[in-house]
Amino acid sequence: MFELLGIPPQALFGQVLLGLINGSFYAILSLGLAVIFGLLNIINFTHGAQYMMGAFVAWMALNYLGLNYWVALVLAPIVVGAIGIAIERLLLKRIAHLDHLYGLLLTFGLALIIQGLFRNQYGSSGLPYGIPPQLAGGQNLGFMFLPNYRGWVIVASVVVCLATWFLIEKTKLGAYLRAATENPTLTQAFGINVPLLVTLTYGFGVALAAFAGVLAAPVYSVNPNMGGDLIIVVFAVVVIGGMGSIMGAIVTGFGLGLVEGLTKVFYPEASSTVIFVIMVLVLLVKPAGLFGRPA
Amino acid sequence: MKLTTFLATSALAAMLASPAFAQQISIKAGVLNDRSGLYADLSGEGSVIAARMAVEDFKAADKGIKVEIVSADHQNKPDVGSTIARQWYDQDGVDLILDVPTSSVALAVSQITKEKNKIMINSGAGTSDLTGKACTPNTIHWTYDTYALAQGTGGAMVKAGGDTWFFLTADYAFGHALERDATAVITKAGGKVLGSVKTPFPGTDFSSFLLQAQASKAKVIGLANAGGDTINSIKQAGEFGITQGGQKLAGLLTFITDVHALGLQAAQGLVLTEAFYWDKNEQTRAWSQRFAKLNGGKMPSMVQAGVYAGLLHYLKAVEATKSKDTATVVAKMKEMPTDDALFGKGSIEVNGRVLHDMYLYEVKKPSESKGPWDYYKLISTLPGKDAFQPLAESGCALVKK
Repeated sequence: MFELLGIPPQALFGQVLLGLINGSFYAILSLGLAVIFGLLNIINFTHGAQYMMGAFVAWMALNYLGLNYWVALVLAPIVVGAIGIAIERLLLKRIAHLDHLYGLLLTFGLALIIQGLFRNQYGSSGLPYGIPPQLAGGQNLGFMFLPNYRGWVIVASVVVCLATWFLIEKTKLGAYLRAATENPTLTQAFGINVPLLVTLTYGFGVALAAFAGVLAAPVYSVNPNMGGDLIIVVFAVVVIGGMGSIMGAIVTGFGLGLVEGLTKVFYPEASSTVIFVIMVLVLLVKPAGLFGRPA
Repeated sequence: MKLTTFLATSALAAMLASPAFAQQISIKAGVLNDRSGLYADLSGEGSVIAARMAVEDFKAADKGIKVEIVSADHQNKPDVGSTIARQWYDQDGVDLILDVPTSSVALAVSQITKEKNKIMINSGAGTSDLTGKACTPNTIHWTYDTYALAQGTGGAMVKAGGDTWFFLTADYAFGHALERDATAVITKAGGKVLGSVKTPFPGTDFSSFLLQAQASKAKVIGLANAGGDTINSIKQAGEFGITQGGQKLAGLLTFITDVHALGLQAAQGLVLTEAFYWDKNEQTRAWSQRFAKLNGGKMPSMVQAGVYAGLLHYLKAVEATKSKDTATVVAKMKEMPTDDALFGKGSIEVNGRVLHDMYLYEVKKPSESKGPWDYYKLISTLPGKDAFQPLAESGCALVKK
C-alpha cells in the first residue's frame, strides 16, 4: 500500500484535519490578541483567563440558570466582554500613556488573580460540560471518524475569523478604528469618539476569547488552568504571525495547528515545543513576523 | 527579678500540668504537593486537612507530642520541590515530608530526604521505583504504585479478554513507570502490547493520539497518565466514538476527583484500581464525612486518605519509641503492623512499600448513582501481597542485605 513517511495517507488526512481543529482555537484566540494589540497597543495577558471565563460562564449558565450551549455561545462573549470593558475603563485606561510593559504586567497580574479565584472556588480538576445534543455523534469520512462537534468548531471559527477581518479591514467602522490607532488626536478632531472606540475594541477582543472558551468547553475540561496552558502557545502564534496583523494571526493560527498536529504523529514528544522552535526560527529570519510590517 | 520568678513559676506550672513534660517531643511535618495545578484537587489542601485530622485523632497533645504542620506547593516541578525540601530540612527544622505527588518530584525529594537523613511518607506519587531501584531507607510509600495499578486494572482487563493493548503515556517518570509495569503484567498474562505514544505533559488535546490508538486496532487503550490528562483523554475518546467502535479504555490511574470532573455520563463503565473509597465501610464513611465538612463538601481521594494514615502510623511509632530519631522511628514503623480506619490492617516491607488491600472498582451508570460522589461499585479485592510487587523482584538494594 502507498505510504507517506511510513503513515498511510488516510491516517494523515485525519491528522491534518485534527491539526486544523486545534488551529481553530489558536486562530480565534490569536485574532483577539492581534486586534487588541494592533488597535490598542496593549499586550493582553489576561486573554487566557478570559478564554477560561468564557468556558466557565457556559458552565454556570447551564448549571445555575439552565441555559443551553447555544444561549451560552451568545451570552458568554457578552458577559465576559462586559467584564473586559470594565477592566479597560477602570484599569487599562489609566496606564494607556505608559510603556507597553506596564499594560503587560497589569494584565498578567489580573490573569493570575482571576485564575486563583476560580481555582479557589471550583478546584483544579475541572467541571463536566457535555456536547450539545444537536451536535452529538459524528460522520464517518472514510479516512476518519469526525465528531460533528469538531466539524462545527472549524466552521464557526472560520466564519468568526473572516467576519472580524472583514469588519476591520473592509468596513467604515474598521476604517475609523484603524485611523484612531494611526493618529488618535486627528481622528478625534474629525468628531469620532476615540476613547469609546478603544473601549469597545478591547471588549470585542475579549469577547472573542470568551467565544473560543465556550467552543472549547465541551471538548476540553472546563478548568481554571485551561487558559494559562494555552495562552503561551497563542502568544507564540501571534509573534510568528506578526504582532497586530489580523490576517497574519488567522493564517498562522490554522497553520501552526497543522504543524503541531503533524508533529503529534511523527514525533509526539516534541509536539508541545515545535511551535516555539518555529517562533525562534521566524524571529531570526523575519523579526517582524511572517505577516508583520517592520516598525 | 520579677520576670525570672514569673518564668520559673510558669515553667513549674507547665511541668505539673503535663506529666510527659520530660519527654515532650516536637515534630514538624511538611505536606509538599501540588496546590495549584492539575493534581491540586486530589492532593493539595485536602492532604493538609487529612494531616491535621491525623494529629487530632491521635490526640498527639495528650501524649506529649507537639505536632506542627506546614505546607508548600511544588508546582509539579522537581527543581521547585527539591528547593523547598532542602529549605525545610536545613533551615525550618522539618522532620518528615508527606504526600509529594508527581513521580519526578517524589524521586528528587526522596534522594534529598536520604541525604539529610529525614523521613518521607509518600502518598501521592505513583512510580514503583520509589521502593524499587531508587529505594532508600528513609522513604515509605503508602497509598499505591504503578505496579499495583497495573496488577489491578491491567490484570483484570486481560482476564476479561483485552489481550492487545496500545498505550497513551504521559511523557515523564510516572507515565514511563506505569507503561513499563503494565506491559509486564500484560505480557505475563499472555497479552500483547501493539504500540504506545508518549504525550507531552500536561496536555489538552489527545484526539491525535487517540486516532493513532484507534488505528492500531488494539482491544484496549491503556491510559498511562493521570489527573487532567486522563480526564481529557476519556472525554475525547467518547467524542471520537472510540468506545462505540469496540475498543475499551483502561484508565490505569483514575482518581475519584477525575470521575467527579468527568461526570458519570462520560465516565460510566470505566474499570479502575484504588486503595481507598470513601463509601467502603462504616469507618471510612464516618471519617470521610468529617473530612468533606472541612474540605468544602469534596470527598477525600485515596492520596489524601494515605496522608492521614501515613502520619498516624508515624505518630504511633514516635509514641512507642519516645524518639524522633529517623532510624529508630523508621525501624519501628516497619516492625509494627499498620492498622487504621481507612486502609485496615497491613504491614510495611523492608523497602518501604506499605502492603494493604487494593480494590478494583467499576464506575456506576448515572441511573445507579444516588448522588454526588456515589460513583463506584466494587468488582474485586486484591490482597496486599498480590497487589504489590514481591520484594525479590523490586530491585531495591535494601532487600539483598
